[in-house]
Amino acid sequence: MAMLEVTGVRKNFGETEVLRQIDLSLASGEMLVIVGASGCGKSTLLRIVAGLENPSTGRIMLDGRDITSVDPAARDIAMVFQNYALYPHMTVFDNMAYGLRIRGLSRDDIAHRVREAAGLLGLFDFLGRKPRQLSGGQRQRVAMGRAIVREPKLFLFDEPLSNLDATLRVRTRAEIRRLQRRLGVTSLYVTHDQVEAMTLGDRLLVLHQGRPAQLATPMEVFEHPADTYVAGFIGAPAMNFLPARLTQNGGSARLDAGPLLHFIDGRRSGNEGTALTIGIRPEHVQLVPNGVPLRIDLIEPLGSETLVHGRLAAPGETSLVIRLAGKAPEGEILTIGFPPEHIHVFDAETGLRFH
Amino acid sequence: MERRTIFGHRLLPLALVAPQFLLTLIFFLWPACQAVWSSLTRQDPFGLHSQFAGFDNFVELFTDPLYVDSIGRTAFFMAAVSLLSMSLALFLAVFADREIRGRTTYRILLIWPYAIAPAMAAVLWILVLQPRIGIIGVWLNRNGVAWDYHLNGGQAMLMIVLACAWKQVSYNFIFFLAGLQSVPRSVLEAARMDGARGWHRFRTITFPLLAPTTFFLLVVNLVYAAFDTFGTIQALTQGGPGKATETLVVKVYRDGVVNLDIGSSSAQSVILMLGVIGLTALQFRFLGRRPPG
Amino acid sequence: MNARRDPVAHAILLLGVILFVAPLWLVLVASTQDSATIARGDLSLLPGDGGFTAYARVLKGPVPRMLLISLGMALAIAIGKIVISVLSAFAIAFFKFPGRRVAFWLIFITLMLPVEVRIIPTYSVMSDLGLINTFTGLWLPLIASATATLLFRQVFIAIPDELVEAARMDGAGPLRFLWDIVLPVSGANIAALFVILFIYGWNQYLWPLLVATNPKLDTIVIGIVKMIAVETETDWSAVMATAVLALLPPVVVVVLMQRWFVAGLTEGEK
Repeated sequence: MAMLEVTGVRKNFGETEVLRQIDLSLASGEMLVIVGASGCGKSTLLRIVAGLENPSTGRIMLDGRDITSVDPAARDIAMVFQNYALYPHMTVFDNMAYGLRIRGLSRDDIAHRVREAAGLLGLFDFLGRKPRQLSGGQRQRVAMGRAIVREPKLFLFDEPLSNLDATLRVRTRAEIRRLQRRLGVTSLYVTHDQVEAMTLGDRLLVLHQGRPAQLATPMEVFEHPADTYVAGFIGAPAMNFLPARLTQNGGSARLDAGPLLHFIDGRRSGNEGTALTIGIRPEHVQLVPNGVPLRIDLIEPLGSETLVHGRLAAPGETSLVIRLAGKAPEGEILTIGFPPEHIHVFDAETGLRFH
Repeated sequence: MERRTIFGHRLLPLALVAPQFLLTLIFFLWPACQAVWSSLTRQDPFGLHSQFAGFDNFVELFTDPLYVDSIGRTAFFMAAVSLLSMSLALFLAVFADREIRGRTTYRILLIWPYAIAPAMAAVLWILVLQPRIGIIGVWLNRNGVAWDYHLNGGQAMLMIVLACAWKQVSYNFIFFLAGLQSVPRSVLEAARMDGARGWHRFRTITFPLLAPTTFFLLVVNLVYAAFDTFGTIQALTQGGPGKATETLVVKVYRDGVVNLDIGSSSAQSVILMLGVIGLTALQFRFLGRRPPG
Repeated sequence: MNARRDPVAHAILLLGVILFVAPLWLVLVASTQDSATIARGDLSLLPGDGGFTAYARVLKGPVPRMLLISLGMALAIAIGKIVISVLSAFAIAFFKFPGRRVAFWLIFITLMLPVEVRIIPTYSVMSDLGLINTFTGLWLPLIASATATLLFRQVFIAIPDELVEAARMDGAGPLRFLWDIVLPVSGANIAALFVILFIYGWNQYLWPLLVATNPKLDTIVIGIVKMIAVETETDWSAVMATAVLALLPPVVVVVLMQRWFVAGLTEGEK
């Protein structure tokens, strides 16, 4: 039985539909990352699971219990807030002990749990301090400590790393993952950062304007994105999209820029000339001697690799980004090819993967 | 908090400050000094000569049982008014802070009493509690309760406490509401997630975070009860019956204006001055703020 | 959780509103009832048959003059205090001049003393200046305290340096700067302070009582207290009608400018 089941959740704010038909289920110990751009509804979904908002329709089940109308205080869920939301007038110890005191644990139990969590998070020396005496990273750890001591059925993370600077973010990201694995608590993690999503999630839920675009493992989302939104969202620099048309009885795509791309994974059903969008990631574009000419617009040397921004020949002058290992190539024109095993085929109208 | 001063003129700023400075000097510092000086003098019965008397006036005051009574009475009055007014205001502010329909209307209706003059509050309360014409006052008397604050000292004190506390609720309400709104929502949500409900959450999170506002209002309320209530008390009971509602400020008026005992009333004024300075200094110590308006 | 439906909150707030609106309602309805009935103790909760007759009675006597005096006093205090406070705060915030610190601290001290405390010596000063029983005497001492100066100083200090420098580069002298830039920027504070001072001035009791023995200079508040002081043959509906008239201007000012003045009050706390 799944630990968390979200069924048919919808949320409207007045006229605006913020979440449309969300269904997901988490196995015990699993970490699901909900990722998407600002305003896609991910925080709303998290808050609905937390009980801080009510869904317009739908049901939330936690460990077999229907918690849809249960007060957040009684849901046995712990949440790490984006700006940490520590109690400013309490010490670190009291911040972490607060929830336990409410539950009526004995002083010894509380002290034991708090110290254990403090040890895990390296907060031992700060137990007597108040939040305003801590750095951002330390506060973030206290916020996590507060969640950990509760030993809840579910952890919720609301973009916990977005207020940290870049180096701290990378380090803390790894710590969160290690902790979650070690404690084995089922977790829902919300972020707009696709790198966090890829590295932290057992599975990803990509949300696009309130709609679930894809729910799959990170590699699955990366290698087989369900639509152009997901394809363009995951992976940086973003995937290139080239307009094309279905041809040769569904066996190939003719790029508007000229070349013919043959499908190696079978024919697609559809009419001749159907508009397609072909996707290919910058790192998969190859330099080939007799390839399609690409006029270089801008070269961005990154040290270990180089990003080349360019344009394919007419019609439409489609722009392209390619990622090459090593240094920048000479010349103004490069000839490139698109290896068939790396192309993604999408319907130009719906954006969905074309089968 | 300084700014890099910009203009180098010398005479202009002096001219600009002059009006405020002059007024403060003439109508503030000079009278205050005079009050201090008068408190150290004694006048003869005809008011013609005054003699330096050192601290005699003060000693006389503190050995006068009437004055000491007045202090106790005023202290009680200040505490009662502040407590009643602040609790009621906080209670209402908590509910006005919730997201319900029509809360702006509720707020306006609860804020309007700020406009009432203390003396006018008396008029309003007469219609409620005056023994012969007030709605509740009449009802009480007709139903066996001997209610007349012109005769009963305890009832008179109750009357002025109610009227004065009532009037101040709107001011406290405004500040408590602002204070509640400055508590970060996410901290309250975190408390909810931690399992804190309603009253417990209020007691352990909201109220402690409200402490600066509460302290500030306490000082303001104490000063209000000590001074601004003069109009209400004078209009309702004139300090009576007997001396039942004679607070320190009423006594200053009686002694100074009615009985023309300059020395004593000046000494009383000086004592009050010291009290206010003390309270305001305390407030500064803990908050670094001062009462606005 | 969207607590849109919250019967408890509504119930409590409703009770609160009743508690604070009921006395006003009583005054209103009392002004429409018969004085003798009220004097007997039969004040009704509903509007009476008298209609506005009490108002007509009341407006024939000294009441209109008293209202005018109150209005004059309130406006004089509000405008007067704002003007001198803006000027002195401007000087303190934007200039370096000898005695600046001293001026600041002296003004600071005035915070601590309400008028009731310095009342008798102020009276003798007024007497020396020949201002007893004059209209000027009613309001002049009341603008002496410097709370507004401190408030404006805080506001002016918060004006970004860049703004001042830009104005200077544009050729603005200090007075121009004050008029064109500082005043508009502080508009909300001035509005809030206007409300607060207007109310303060209108509601004064002790000082006007002292300084003016000539009944021609009675404010409306003093007038009403005098009316209720004689409790035996009081024309109650007239008193209540006067009370309504006395309450009207400050209440209207508060309700209309409510948003500004609440913001101004609570901002001053920070």
